[in-house]
Amino acid sequence: MNRFDYIRPGSVAEAVAAASEPGAAYLAGGTNLLDLMKIGVAAPDKVIDITRLPGLDRIDWLEDASVRIGAMVRNAELARNTAFSAAFPAISEALLSGASPQLRNAATVGGNLMQETRCAYFQDPLSRCNRRAPGSGCDALEGHNRSHAVLGWTPSCIATHPSDFCVPLAALGAIVEIEGPDGSREIDLAALHELPGSESAGGIALKHGEMITALRLPAEATSFAGHSRYLKLRERTSFAFALVSAAAMLSMEQGTITEARIALGAVAARPWHATDAETFLKGKKAEAEVFAEAAGIALKEASPSGDNAFKITLATRVLTRALTLAAKGTPDRVPALPASVFMSSEGATANA
Amino acid sequence: MPDTLQTPAGHVRLGSNSGQPMTRRDGIAKVTGTATYAADNRPDRLAHAVFASAGIARGRVVSLNVEAAKSHPEVIEVITPDNRPALHLDPDGKSHPFSWRIEALQDNTVRYAGQPIALVVAETLEAATEGARLLAPEYDTDPARIGFENGEAYDPPAVGIGGNPSFSKGDFDTGFSNSEHRIGASVDTPAQYHNAMEPHAIVAEWSGDHLTIDTPNQAIHLARGAFAGYFGIPPENVTLRSPFIGGGFGSKAILVGPQILAIMAARMVDRPVKLVLRRDQMFGPVQHRGATRQKLRIGTDGNGLIKALEHEATASTSSFDDFIEGAGNASLNMYASPAIVARHSAVRVDTGTPGPMRAPGEASGSAALEIAIDKAAEAVGMDPLEFRLRNYAETDPASGKPFSAKSLRECYELAAQKFGWSDRPLAPGQMRDENGMLVGWGMGSALFPAPMFAAQARATLRRDGTALVETSGADMGQGAWTALAQIAADGVGLPVDRIEFMSGTTDQPDAGVAGGSGHTASAGGALFEAGSNAVQKLADLATADPESPLFGAGNTGVEAREGRLFRADDESRSESYADILERAGLERIDAMGSGGRDPANTEARAMFSHGAVFAEVKIDPDLFQIRVSRLIGAFAAGRIINPHLAKSQLTGGMIWGIGFALHEEGIHDLRSGRPLNADLAGYHVPVNADAPHVEALLVDEDDPYVNALGIKGVGEIGITGSVGAIANAVWHATGKRISSYPIHIDALLS
Amino acid sequence: MTLSISLSVNGESLNVPLEDTRTTLLDLLREHIGLTGTKKGCDRGQCGACTVLLDGKRINACLTLAASVDGTDVTTIEGLAQGDTLHPVQAAFIEHDGFQCGYCTTGQIMSAVGLLSEGDAGADPERIREGMSGNICRCAAYPGITAAVLDAERRQSESEGTSV
Repeated sequence: MNRFDYIRPGSVAEAVAAASEPGAAYLAGGTNLLDLMKIGVAAPDKVIDITRLPGLDRIDWLEDASVRIGAMVRNAELARNTAFSAAFPAISEALLSGASPQLRNAATVGGNLMQETRCAYFQDPLSRCNRRAPGSGCDALEGHNRSHAVLGWTPSCIATHPSDFCVPLAALGAIVEIEGPDGSREIDLAALHELPGSESAGGIALKHGEMITALRLPAEATSFAGHSRYLKLRERTSFAFALVSAAAMLSMEQGTITEARIALGAVAARPWHATDAETFLKGKKAEAEVFAEAAGIALKEASPSGDNAFKITLATRVLTRALTLAAKGTPDRVPALPASVFMSSEGATANA
Repeated sequence: MPDTLQTPAGHVRLGSNSGQPMTRRDGIAKVTGTATYAADNRPDRLAHAVFASAGIARGRVVSLNVEAAKSHPEVIEVITPDNRPALHLDPDGKSHPFSWRIEALQDNTVRYAGQPIALVVAETLEAATEGARLLAPEYDTDPARIGFENGEAYDPPAVGIGGNPSFSKGDFDTGFSNSEHRIGASVDTPAQYHNAMEPHAIVAEWSGDHLTIDTPNQAIHLARGAFAGYFGIPPENVTLRSPFIGGGFGSKAILVGPQILAIMAARMVDRPVKLVLRRDQMFGPVQHRGATRQKLRIGTDGNGLIKALEHEATASTSSFDDFIEGAGNASLNMYASPAIVARHSAVRVDTGTPGPMRAPGEASGSAALEIAIDKAAEAVGMDPLEFRLRNYAETDPASGKPFSAKSLRECYELAAQKFGWSDRPLAPGQMRDENGMLVGWGMGSALFPAPMFAAQARATLRRDGTALVETSGADMGQGAWTALAQIAADGVGLPVDRIEFMSGTTDQPDAGVAGGSGHTASAGGALFEAGSNAVQKLADLATADPESPLFGAGNTGVEAREGRLFRADDESRSESYADILERAGLERIDAMGSGGRDPANTEARAMFSHGAVFAEVKIDPDLFQIRVSRLIGAFAAGRIINPHLAKSQLTGGMIWGIGFALHEEGIHDLRSGRPLNADLAGYHVPVNADAPHVEALLVDEDDPYVNALGIKGVGEIGITGSVGAIANAVWHATGKRISSYPIHIDALLS
Repeated sequence: MTLSISLSVNGESLNVPLEDTRTTLLDLLREHIGLTGTKKGCDRGQCGACTVLLDGKRINACLTLAASVDGTDVTTIEGLAQGDTLHPVQAAFIEHDGFQCGYCTTGQIMSAVGLLSEGDAGADPERIREGMSGNICRCAAYPGITAAVLDAERRQSESEGTSV
């Protein structure tokens, strides 16, 4: 890791001023930035530690019943917040299925949104990668790519976004509050993670010096609390990134879906908000064929970016299952293995 | 089985301390953080070293920006092939069967990605790390040869360390073509990496021509000789300390290049130097389990009797050295067959050289053999356990020799009963749990040889009634310090809390190799004999001393127990060790002992630990994520010195079986040859949630031939059998036979 | 850039000059303060060997800059036992053989202490397994680890007079 200056500003304004200088980067929980610095993918010469900035570690319920989550709220803290997890159980479940307890205690809400792809070629500075080094090419395209994107990719970049947290957020229409050298602005979460284009590799839609200060969930997002699930398929029972995941949130009246919120994870360079499938589900009966059809609609545009056609089948099935589980109702408590297909509430006790 | 064992001299008995489920002697040190691993050493004037890793798999380094590295603050020295001091031995030479060709900056050639190509020494770890990055090597690159298709095939002269690459008995072709049922199985296994939690580490310090090194090592005296050889000093000038090893699994038995570089650097900068591998550097110069491609054919008669068994294996090795995973030989000693063929071929690829990794050969081979056996049982329409019993080998199938002891039948029975195997439906896809998950039950047979190594130990009886026992044993988690101390205590006839057990450095007599599951037997035998010899000397003193109540008892008429000698024919006449020494005016009395096996028994008997493993898997019927919900094994491995620790070793091995079956896979980019998952997020090993129910049962076994103490090993057998059991359970749940490990979701989806 | 940080480590207040901003909390503890009980297994937050409590919460010391822990309260394995009296989690690890080589053990124990104080797992072995899955044990002492944490939880809830 290169040498850098460490700066701990006292206010958001100071932070933005410091971070607007060339070569500066914001440091929050450090679980992604420090890792990228260690492997030589990030090399800031000024690190702006924003973890102590006042007012960014709060969860506020606003008058219009929306909720505002400060960017420095830690993942574990948010997941365990009683009022929050009651209102947004799928978000809690997604958070608790991500990384490890230690990482969740350090990682922040803002940092999770800023998380970089886990594409092995992005992480290897010796490989060609348009996302890391624009214009250099993409070694994943003809490389080992069984876990890469099946939606929204172009030959410029086939990487996926690794976050669990962002999947239900995208479905629920989260809004990101941003401070920057040009003042404040806010954007939809969907717009934060730019898909690759014919020339560009996509990436995070923040200008240099901009920082995320908060995340808002609209009031109507709380209306799905009774039927909310996150389901994450992975190749190890815990502490693994998703192969495919899905958030499914339903609002139901007597077996009929009045509103649906759906997103897929680990299938694209952004959490994939499946709006067509949501529209399709509105007014439909909550039953297996309907869910399968909705999942088909969500994956309609999918195509393999490499040796990963199986992910399309899997994503369709994961979403179908997530919808089925959501329709059954949110469990009283986040399952022992959050978001796992292995739902048993009680563990085997042979070794206990 | 007898609960005591007497040495020929008859003074001491194994059984007072041995066999007890004692907790670990090093427990408090390990739970309080005071156990000192190599990287925990911080001598004065310590400098830190980091090596630069090759970013290509084949070619030459044509430039290094040494200037940039040197101008980084706190960097002390940069070592490259241009300024590297000469070594006394050629790193490309092989001085003995346990030496590997190593990379010690001998030239600018790159033979695999991750190879050390330069070393940066600095005042701080941070500066050394950045200095290595700043070297920004440029290469003259040749195309990488990665994977079975792209490597160079050849016929290996040996497999494993000196193992036979081919075996044939009977007439396979006739047996197979005359068989009523014929099956074939193809099974691939990937490259796997040891990934001990403690990365390889060394702290090296020179004092004139004397070298002190702290480094985790499984064969301390062997390593001492090797280090001394490279630096042209006598072995006694090397002090090697390895009191705690943070996991070895085979990767810390053999000297590796980075250790040589650190020692070299310490001499160049004339300061102590610490070098600790980063996790990504654990995927190159420190060995791995080579990939295999295996093909099996089995023919049986209508009653399920095997008539012909063939096991062919191709294994990958490096372009410059040979370690061939002897997978095919896993079929030589397990199932009876009149015709058995095993054959190996090899492929050279541009990776680091493989090496022994927990159950080398047996793990990969058993993972394939047990699938083939299950397919054969299926072809006959027979329960897999019944099929295995039908083909139970009463004598060693390869050699025809009797087994020194074999209690596999008892293992099958015990584990099957505990598992509930008798309720298993024969056909696959029949079982579901309450959540709708597919459930499958599978089994595998486990086997591992019982080798022994030359080992020495010293026992010293002291006038204060305690004993000092010494051997250079290596505790890498198997519990050697505890089990060996238990044996040693029996050897000197004292309770274990009255012995001082010293181990883990070259200051002690050579305990041989902690490997091959032979350490407890080898070093334990030496300790027991040393103790027995010391007690015999004490008995000689007492029985020849007219003032002793034991006077005239004669050597064979005395027994040792709890620090006293008793007349065998009159328990009321006894004397403490302390009193005997005091009267003789001696502070201490000591003796050496050595471990070993009666060569006549080695000739006459086949010696193995055995076991049976039963697996239950749960699989999502649509999404195919797999979890091993139960894994129950029963093992017979001769005398168990400490059942508490033996069970931990066995369950640890079984969980390695879960990793082999479902997780572990080293992936290289076929173009660059660089590893793509050289970290613990990408290279999955099991986590706690992957092992909800893993249980090892012990079967009593009296093996009178394996060695004087009747000890076999438990370190490696747990992984064998378990892998196949899980694959067979996956078949039983889904009806799909897998053809490669690890078993991925997409393999079941298709 | 040279900084100076003050922090409390195992109850002791320390002022540490920090000559290199790159130093992580893990390297600060091991190489500067000399507390080597906290181990480096991967240095990338992927194994849990470096787990310590930061202001009472378990974190990976390898992904924490030393500069950023200025003013915090750090507890490491060295601060767990009271003199010769082991913490109940430490004692339970010995009793249930929750380790083999011992290298990941200090991180496992700190993680277990963090888990118990979080209070989410209770006496449910499945929640304990999940809650301990951020700590890799290559020796795979998981059955013993789970049993040890369950036992420590039981002792803790008994001594608190609560039932779970």
